[in-house]
Amino acid sequence: MAAELHVELVAADRQVWSGEATLVVARTTSGDIGVMPGHQPLLGVLESGPVTIRTSDGGTVVAAVHGGFISFADDKLSLLAEVAELADEIDVQRTEQELARAKAEADTDAERRADVRLRAAAAR
Amino acid sequence: MGAQLRVYKRRIRSVTATKKITKAMEMIAASRVVKAQRKVAASTPYATELTRAVAAVATGSNTKHPLTTEAENPSRAAVLLLTSDRGLAGAFNSNAIKAAEQLTERLEREGKQVETYIVGRRGVAHYNFRERKIAASFTGFTDDPTYADAKKVAAPLIEAIRKETADGGVDELHIVYTEFVSMMTQTALDARLLPLRVDEVAQEARPKGELLPLYDFEPSAEDVLDALLPRYVESRVYNALLQSAASKHAATRRAMKSATDNAGELIETLTRLANQARQADITQEISEIVGGASALADATAGSDR
Repeated sequence: MAAELHVELVAADRQVWSGEATLVVARTTSGDIGVMPGHQPLLGVLESGPVTIRTSDGGTVVAAVHGGFISFADDKLSLLAEVAELADEIDVQRTEQELARAKAEADTDAERRADVRLRAAAAR
Repeated sequence: MGAQLRVYKRRIRSVTATKKITKAMEMIAASRVVKAQRKVAASTPYATELTRAVAAVATGSNTKHPLTTEAENPSRAAVLLLTSDRGLAGAFNSNAIKAAEQLTERLEREGKQVETYIVGRRGVAHYNFRERKIAASFTGFTDDPTYADAKKVAAPLIEAIRKETADGGVDELHIVYTEFVSMMTQTALDARLLPLRVDEVAQEARPKGELLPLYDFEPSAEDVLDALLPRYVESRVYNALLQSAASKHAATRRAMKSATDNAGELIETLTRLANQARQADITQEISEIVGGASALADATAGSDR
């Protein structure tokens, strides 16, 4: 049986990614969670962090998610985030500059965002 | 050239210039409607998924949350009114304001004290002119709202609903915005955001009456609901802002189209009048020449005699 689940990664103002996957790993407030086809219906709160999606054709999609929700039912998985970016869209150099600037200005929110982006970019 | 004719010519020139401007505004508004509609469509997946999730928690657990339970004696309500920063949009703003006033009146009849939050300079100006109290106002982004703007608008509302009523919090949250039905139809309407009407949300999430699956909540139903509801309000406010922007642009387009049409009519009328004046000038000149010539002829004939 070709076990796969349908994934929708949506940000508040656009659909970031959608497709079939065999495994999705995301970080909830109570720890990392891996969802495979046939998982029990789940609704969880996401932490800021990278989300890894193993697509059914063997590839890997990594996205930086800044808070949001994961919901899974009937082999359909939705990742809802206010802000989400695919690792491929992240400009590492610029993010590093952002991180340095955020550290200098002691802007913890910006620092956290930049950090999440960098981690997602490193994991791709 | 006669004075009359010169006046008509000048008026035709000025109306032609106005027509060019309104035509340009009409075209700009038309392109903005399309852009705004696209934004509404892009935000829909997030909104539907979020609604589903809220319905799932609200129906799938017995959690009592302040945002889903109705207060026994609601005494204070917040009304968020969405207007635009700029006018030239026909009755767009006055319709929204009228809807807000009707809602306020209804709530006050039910014995609730109303706090008004306003988006858009037009609404703010209307309330300030009448010296009514505004709890908070937001301006400068109504033409092209972003999610960050929606967050900014929603933050004080969420804070107000979380606070105890006695400490200046509110029990209910209503929103008045202009729904974008189609290019020709936009209706101002009000909706209650909080407390949530659970069955309505469930209906929206599963219109065919299917059952929602029994979810496992991570970390717990309360925590999920706690995190979900602010996002839900933000997403609703964002959607309302986008629809309001699309409606505003559609209303502007319509207003500018009729302004352009009117200018065209005016030019036609003025051209007719100018032609008439020119013709009258010519006729007068001819009759003056003829009159002058015959007077001259009479005079010569008289001296011969």
